[in-house]
Amino acid sequence: MAEINETQSKIKEFLSRFFKNHDLQPGEDIFSLGFVNSLLAMQLVAFVEKEFDLTVEDEDLDLDNFRSIDAISALIAKKRGVPAGA
Amino acid sequence: MNLDLTPAQRAARERFRAFANERIVPFADAWDREEAIPRELIAALGREGWLGSILPAEAGGAGLDRITYGLLIEEIGRACSSTRSLLTVHDMVGHALRRWGKPEIRERHLPALARGERLGALALSEPNVGSDAASIETQAVEDGESFVLSGRKKWTTFGQIADLFLVFAKVAGQPAAFLVERDAPGLSIVPIHGMHGTRAAMLAELHLEGCRVPGAAMLGRPGFGISHVAATALELGRYSVAWGSVGILQACLEASQKYAAERVQFGAPLAEHPLIRAMLAEMIANVRAGRLLCLRAGFLQERSDPAAFAETMVAKYFCSKAAAKGASDAVQIQGANGCAPDSPVARYLRDSKVMEIIEGSTQIQQLAIPRFDFPEL
Repeated sequence: MAEINETQSKIKEFLSRFFKNHDLQPGEDIFSLGFVNSLLAMQLVAFVEKEFDLTVEDEDLDLDNFRSIDAISALIAKKRGVPAGA
Repeated sequence: MNLDLTPAQRAARERFRAFANERIVPFADAWDREEAIPRELIAALGREGWLGSILPAEAGGAGLDRITYGLLIEEIGRACSSTRSLLTVHDMVGHALRRWGKPEIRERHLPALARGERLGALALSEPNVGSDAASIETQAVEDGESFVLSGRKKWTTFGQIADLFLVFAKVAGQPAAFLVERDAPGLSIVPIHGMHGTRAAMLAELHLEGCRVPGAAMLGRPGFGISHVAATALELGRYSVAWGSVGILQACLEASQKYAAERVQFGAPLAEHPLIRAMLAEMIANVRAGRLLCLRAGFLQERSDPAAFAETMVAKYFCSKAAAKGASDAVQIQGANGCAPDSPVARYLRDSKVMEIIEGSTQIQQLAIPRFDFPEL
């Protein structure tokens, strides 16, 4: 398994509630696993905003920003103005 | 988790209660019969800051915390579910607009929504689409810097008088959301009369025939209209409907206790009859349990906890069912008197049925709730 940083670890822990019995990998496409619908969508936004103290805005609404642990991590890094993985 | 209300929240509840008792309760049955609430009431709600009350001060709103907001909805909902439904849909639109609207649209519309000078309404349901919101048939076609909307919306609460509609439509197959002004070319509004419950909620159909709106009127982006924009509005809507259901149940309890104390049958007040006492006991337990669920959901919302989503759904599910059961029992306790014209409990029964349908039916909640992981308290 690829090494993951703290941000990725937190995202994985949150997403794991929705993907039980599945070891979600950092680059894995969560949309391909089912159960990504409006029930998860806004919880994911709420989680990212609260956990990482930022605001998901209109222009951030792009499926590619939420497609995987890596993608969400990159969005957070971008919002914070730091390079992904830092 | 502290479930005690603060002194400020208690004081606010007294203010909400006094207003409801003076300005709404005495007239609610007449409004139900007339299928409208008066403009003066709406203006008074606006003056109190209770239309758009959850909008923060910087958006021109009262900035009520979620618990105080719930208390407001319970008290208005106890008095008149139709009036409560105005707050629900108006606040859903303001909330979604603040969350996902483009700055120019927010600046243009939020202050007037926050003051209640303009009314917002939600246009999601269609003749062929209810629970399955992702299957909306209304289309929005991009044309230069604007979108052209075509389709038909149904069951729009306060659609008869609203100024701004949050309309959901598909852009190239992707769900999107648009803020449409009442006077937009191509929009016509057809009142719906004779509804079973919340009869004074002034429902309407919206006919969109080549209705042109500016590109900036889109909230969020295509593909996110249901999953994010509608979901934002509906989460607040479920919270509001949960508290409103507690209000209906509280009204049922008060009416039942009064009637059971005064009505004498077989030589004793109804309240002394064990089968009536059982119904009263269940109402008391359910209204207290429902209020606790609402407080728990509000507490989580207040701290922006992602778990608030599921807890709010549970609150809506429980409270709407409890209100319907309580209202049915309230009519049963009053017998023929409870079925009479202008009987408040008959109104509660009709209004409570609506609560089991709107903002996600009981069956939709039943499908969704087991999918969540509920953390320990």
